[in-house]
Amino acid sequence: MLRFILRRFLETIPVLFVIVTATFFMVRFVPGGPFTSEKAIAPEILHNLEAHYGLDQPLYRQYLSYLGHLLHGDFGPSFKYPNRTVNEIIADKLPTSLELGAWSLLVALALGLPLGILAAVKRNTWIDYACSSTAMIGICVPTFVLGPLLILAFAIHLRWFNASGWYEPADRVLPSLVLGFFYAAYVARLTRGGMLDVLHQDFIRTARAKGASESRVIFRHALRGGLLPVVSFLGPATAGILTGSFVIEVIFQIPGLGREFVTSAFNRDYTLVLGTVILYATLVIALNLVVDVVQVLMNPKLKFE
Amino acid sequence: MVSLSPSSLPAADVAADDLERGSSLWRDAWHRLRKNRLAVFGAFVLGVIVVACVAGPWFSPYAYNEIDLARTFRPPNAANWLGTDELGHDLLVRILCGGRISLLVGLVATAVALAIGVTWGAIAGYAGGRTDTVMMRIVDILYALPFTIFVILLMVFFGRNIVLLFVAIGAVEWLTMARIVRGQVLSVKKMEFIEAARALGLSRRRIIFRHIVPNILGPIIVYATLTIPAVMLLEAFLSFLGLGVQPPMSSWGVLIRDGAEKMEEFPWLLIFPGGIFSLTLFSLNFLGDGLRDALDVRSSKD
Repeated sequence: MLRFILRRFLETIPVLFVIVTATFFMVRFVPGGPFTSEKAIAPEILHNLEAHYGLDQPLYRQYLSYLGHLLHGDFGPSFKYPNRTVNEIIADKLPTSLELGAWSLLVALALGLPLGILAAVKRNTWIDYACSSTAMIGICVPTFVLGPLLILAFAIHLRWFNASGWYEPADRVLPSLVLGFFYAAYVARLTRGGMLDVLHQDFIRTARAKGASESRVIFRHALRGGLLPVVSFLGPATAGILTGSFVIEVIFQIPGLGREFVTSAFNRDYTLVLGTVILYATLVIALNLVVDVVQVLMNPKLKFE
Repeated sequence: MVSLSPSSLPAADVAADDLERGSSLWRDAWHRLRKNRLAVFGAFVLGVIVVACVAGPWFSPYAYNEIDLARTFRPPNAANWLGTDELGHDLLVRILCGGRISLLVGLVATAVALAIGVTWGAIAGYAGGRTDTVMMRIVDILYALPFTIFVILLMVFFGRNIVLLFVAIGAVEWLTMARIVRGQVLSVKKMEFIEAARALGLSRRRIIFRHIVPNILGPIIVYATLTIPAVMLLEAFLSFLGLGVQPPMSSWGVLIRDGAEKMEEFPWLLIFPGGIFSLTLFSLNFLGDGLRDALDVRSSKD
């Protein structure tokens, strides 16, 4: 088990290296720079700016120095926000995005698991159809349609919540619901499928035969196997929630890192773009690693493969 | 299996054999699909939407870029069935024309994903051994990356042209297809007719694309149908962020974004594009699920 974790961990290092390198050169090879703007900047000032940020050095030099700083956890200065480092911006904005992501993931599981289990247990009854249709709505109504609609209904007409912002605890409700609902739908479908596979198996019949109560059969015996597809979905789901929050942060005007990333890409703020990409990639890869380990723990069969 | 007469073993008979089994498989699937009411409904709605988007604008009295400042922000009425926007554009025509782009992106980007995924998966599955391990490990690693971020970067940096959009989205969505195709190839490649093809001395390339791929068309079709809505969702997502298709072209994602800005006073600008888009996704998903059940494709990735 320890070897498995170690191997997976070592594998992530070259992957991250490739991501850093690819993003670095992609960002540099595009037309337009951070100091391109409508009003012309005097050449001397431009020169000074470029010298200040090291942009006058050869590209490979810049790359090596970036890597060097990165190894010390230093993402460098922002090109668009004078006197602010990328680290400061990330420290400022990331907690908000993480909080939104955590709430959304909670919504996805708290809504998706019961729906899926219920649908599987009451297979082919109206309860199943109701649960499955709810899941279909979640998959087919995109967040950027659902979000504005919910704002329209609950914020503008009913006035239960603020239409935007991230100040009071109540401001968390609508964004997390919207972002989480889509993944709740997938979780519900996967749970239903996984549970149906398991409920057919012999050991479930054995459990019933020896007189275990129905709830014990479902929660003690079936759930462990039935949840496997959900666990493997959690990796991609977290990645999706992180990027999905870009749109949510725009819709609800939440001051998170996602919105900052989109703006920084438009502004060609090289270091901020790079820093955010590296951070997100690391987060997602780390979470996938955790998911892999949990999967092996839950399914001993995988250990021998 | 139909027995082959010993004198005529060559490829023609092998192919005829496939065809015969194939046609009955397809006919069975067709019967099962027609019994699935949701799938039939999905196919019907989808057909209506496609026909309306392709042919509808020709029958409309309005051009999609026709500006009429005398009738801005009209709610739905007899002249403009779905109302008008801030420049007096007829919303119905704009939705139909935007639908052309959205559907086109869905189809072309799925084709790109299909081409990459099928080739990758078929080669990995057929080659086996080390090649297979390395190729699928690459897929695993790519799976773990937040790819949407790279699509966003590509679209910001390299201008937002539609060809790049196709390629960028296609390049993200091929991974599942590769996994499915590989799994199918693994099970097909051990069958006798592949051995026969190999005995005849056919090239690898020919065996893969002429003999194996046609036999795994079922799963490919199913996942292609399910990839289209995913692709359309990604396109709308990008358009919503202002990174999709650019004016004067428009897509459902663009309309939804414009509508969301003005929904407070003019809710129809959000509700109709959002509704049509969701309805299309519904239809595609119902049809895809129906096809999966009809063709009896297992949903697991192996």
